Formats: sequence, structure tokens, C-alpha cells
Amino acid sequence: MRRPAAVTTPPVTPRRSRRWTPWLYLLPALALLITFTYVPVGNMVFYSFHTWDGLDVTMEPAGVDNYVRVLTDERYWRVFLISGYYFVASFAQIAIALYFAVILSFNTRFRNLFKGILFFPYLLNGVAVGFVFLYLFQPDGTLDTVLRWVGLGEHTRYWLGDPDIANISLAGTSVWRFTGLSFVLFLGAIQSIPGEIYEAAEIDGANRWHQVRHIIVPGIRRIISLSFILAISGSLSVFEIPFIMTGGANGTRTFVVQAYETAFQFRQIGLASAMAVVLLLVVLLITWVQRRIVPDEEVTLS
Amino acid sequence: MTKAAKYLSLILASLIVLVPLVVVFFAAFKTHAEYNATGPLTPPRNWLNVDNFVTAWTEGRMLLGFWNTTVILVISLTGTIVVGTLAAYAVSRFDFPFKRLVLGSFLVAALVPGVTTQVATYQIVKSMGLVNTPGSAIVLFLGTDIISIYIFIQFMQSIPPSLDQAAMMDGASRFTVYRRIILPLMKPAIATVAIIKGIAIYNEFYIPFLYLRSPDLSVISTALFRFKGPYGAQWETIAACTMIVILPTIVAFLLLQRFIYNGITAGATK
Repeated sequence: MRRPAAVTTPPVTPRRSRRWTPWLYLLPALALLITFTYVPVGNMVFYSFHTWDGLDVTMEPAGVDNYVRVLTDERYWRVFLISGYYFVASFAQIAIALYFAVILSFNTRFRNLFKGILFFPYLLNGVAVGFVFLYLFQPDGTLDTVLRWVGLGEHTRYWLGDPDIANISLAGTSVWRFTGLSFVLFLGAIQSIPGEIYEAAEIDGANRWHQVRHIIVPGIRRIISLSFILAISGSLSVFEIPFIMTGGANGTRTFVVQAYETAFQFRQIGLASAMAVVLLLVVLLITWVQRRIVPDEEVTLS
Repeated sequence: MTKAAKYLSLILASLIVLVPLVVVFFAAFKTHAEYNATGPLTPPRNWLNVDNFVTAWTEGRMLLGFWNTTVILVISLTGTIVVGTLAAYAVSRFDFPFKRLVLGSFLVAALVPGVTTQVATYQIVKSMGLVNTPGSAIVLFLGTDIISIYIFIQFMQSIPPSLDQAAMMDGASRFTVYRRIILPLMKPAIATVAIIKGIAIYNEFYIPFLYLRSPDLSVISTALFRFKGPYGAQWETIAACTMIVILPTIVAFLLLQRFIYNGITAGATK
């Protein structure tokens, strides 16, 4: 209801514009969100049921052919298995990060220096990391030299050229790059556990191991579970490291590298969209399962 | 756990982190003949040999790469902050229908991995005529940013609404409240977003690789990536180029350490 203008108004007046004012503030963000996230997802689902080269004005309806091909043609589903290497590697990553987060949360000399060193790789440019490791893995490169130094000379091999080991080398690079992130997240979570709890535990006669098991691990359960989710969706969508280092050669083609080639080199937009939809569904499913297992009690929006 | 084992493991891990970088640093100062004759762990003979850096800087057009990166970075960051704080202001200070739906749509979008939708996003950017212009990277960096909005909302909720109300009683409009009261108080959140987003944009490879194909539009990542083709056999020059890309990160990390740790923690756990 509008008031007659003559009536003296209270200080904070509901203005006429009020109903749509919040939408004005939201407009830029919503427009971007819809244009660059929701419309593409919708289009992608649409493309996935068609055959299209990305240029033609018309597209051929293809039914579920693209999905059948993604799920049955070995060339397409096999790349999913490559994620397994990165997934296993991410367990190593979480274990290493947890170990260092725990020991650095207790008194340690040069604590900040070690923290900085362990974290630093995460900040580096992906292409630079790719090149650093291409150099490291070269025949007679750094890795081979170090192995010879420590007397393991007979174990040198073509780290990136041998299909049996190339994925392990790449997954190792990924561990090197991302351990720092998990480490800093764990360390932050451990430090947010109030100090009195440790003191109380010490009075009760708990040793370090007891403290780790009964205070630290339960205290950072949420961030550990979040790391596993990031690990799963991260290992399914690996792109930069294999694309930069091997270009997908020697059996290192991951799902996203394959989708990239299908879409932008072979111009099979429909097929690539079907791949992307499958990946998206898997990631959403995993996230949903995680939310069910570990309820996200800290989300306090609205 | 004994003390010795603890420090031994820390030193070992530090070596694993540092050695791959240090050997590239060594290589960057070697001449081609020296590079071929010496092992990777041998330090360069002449630390003042900057020939490789000169070659990398000029042939790799690194200045152009830094310039393009900076332009895209500054515009995207400013845009993210404006768009994000405006949206956060609407969400935390107004009550309106479908608010939960709007929030939910931002949250769900955060789950969609950006690499998967590029197949379809590319067609949209193409239809806007932005492919091969810096605009493509800018709108995508703006449009894919949900975490920033999230950080802004959380921070804004900690600013007491009584401040707004007091200002509005003094006759300030909603926009004045946003501009004069909320925005200045948001500085810590803006700094957090600027740092994590800035690092992400500096390091981004896929978007510029896909959308900025023209060599004149090279950003840092793509300039380095393209450098490998013609110089594939000259590792000492590639090493120098890699070091040029890494150096700003080292400087930023040393200067902004604490903010970076806080920003990363805030960004990843949301």
C-alpha cells in the first residue's frame, strides 16, 4: 500500500522501488551465472543428443548414440580408467599432507620456513610445473642422475615415454603440485582446535599419538572428507599436467584431454558434450553422496 | 616419533620440493655447450650469464605476455569485486522472494567443474564474437566466479546491520550504504578474493589457450607453452623462460604469505 505523499513518513520508508531493488544488485552476477554456467550446461545436454561439428547451422538428431559410444567404445571409456592413477596418487597426497600438518602443528624449529616450502608448489603456474617436470624426467635428466647417485642406476627408464610408467610419473607430478594445498588446509583446521583440549589431554596422561588419534583426526574430519571429494572430482577432471607434458601420448590421455580433442580438434561437439555430461553427472553424484555421509553443518547461508 | 626422524622427513620433503626447481634455475644460466657437457645437478660456471633470459624474454615475447596477463587480471579482478559485492549486498541485506533459490543456484554452480562445460561455453563466447579477444577471458573469469561471491556473503553477514540502519535513518540511500559503509568495511574480504583470484588468473592455462589463440594475445601461461615448440631442443632457454614465469610468484609469496594462507583456506573450504 502506498501512502499519500502528504503524510509525514517515518525515517526508514519502504520505497516504491523496494520490491525490485535487490534484483538490481543481483542482476550482473545472475546474468553471468546464467550465461556462462547454466546455459552452457543446458546446451551441452542438448548437443549431446545430436551430431554437430560446431559450424553447421543445422544439427542431426542422434538419439542416445553419443552416450552409447562414450560408454561402449573402448577409446572413450578407457580414458576414465586413467583417472585411477591420479585417484590413488591423491591418497598419497592426503597422507603426506596430513603427516606434515600434524608434525608442524607441534613445536618445530624453522616451522614457517618448512610450511612455506611445502606449500609453495601449489602457487606455481601449471605450465611452469609441467616444464620443470619434463626437465626432471628427461633421459639422463635430474631424476636419473639422482638415482645413479644413490646407487639405483639400473632403475632409470623413459619416465614419460614408457606407457607402463608414464601415468605414474604424471600422477607423481600432480602430488608434487597439490600436496601443499591439502597440507595448508589440514594445518589450518588443526590450529583451529582450541589449545586447552591438548592441555587437558596431557593432564589425563595422553601421549602425542593419543592426541593425534583422539583430538586431531576427529577435529579435522570435515576437511579430510572435503579433501577426498576434491581428490575424486580432481582426478576425474585432470587436464593440465598430461596435456602440457605429454599431450596425451603414451597412454596418458585423460578424460578431459580426450574431450578437448574430440571437441576442438575433431569437431565432434555432440560426442564431446556426451562425455562432458557423463563426467558432470559422476562428479555431482559423488558430491551428493559425500554431503549425505558427512553433513555440512557449517554452511550458514541466508 | 623421535626428533631426528621428524626433521629428517621435513628436510627430505623440502629437497623433493626444491631440487626440481633448483636444477631448472641452474640450467637457465648455462650456455648451450655447457648444458650439453654438464649434469643437471652441476651449478652453472657463470652466474652472470643472462643470455638465456634475454633470448627467452625477447623471443618468447614475455613482455607482451605480462602485459596481456596484467590487463586481463586487473579488469577481471575489478569486475569480480564489483559484481560479487553487489550480489552479496542483495543477499545479506534484503529479503526477497526466491532468495533461497538464487542462493542454491550459486551453490550448485560451484560444483560444476569448469573444464567440463567448455565444449558448450565456447559456442556461447563465439556467438558473442569474443573469441580471440581479451574480452573472452575477462567474461569467463567473471562468470565462473562463485567462490568470491560466497566469501563476500559470509564476510558481509559479520557486519552489523545496525550500521546500515543508522545510515538510512540519516537519509542515506541503499546504494550510498553499499558504497560508503559496506564496501570500505569489506576490505579484508576484498583482499582475500583479490589474492586467490589473482593467483588463479595468473596461472590459468585452459581458458587463454582455448580462447586467445592469436600469438598477439598470449598471456604468461600460453606464452610459455608456445615457447616450447621452436625451442624444444634448447632446454637452457626453456629453463630461463620457466624461471621468468615463476619469479613473480616467488615475490608475491614472500610479500603476501599470511594473506595467501588465509585466502586459500577461506576459498577452498567454502
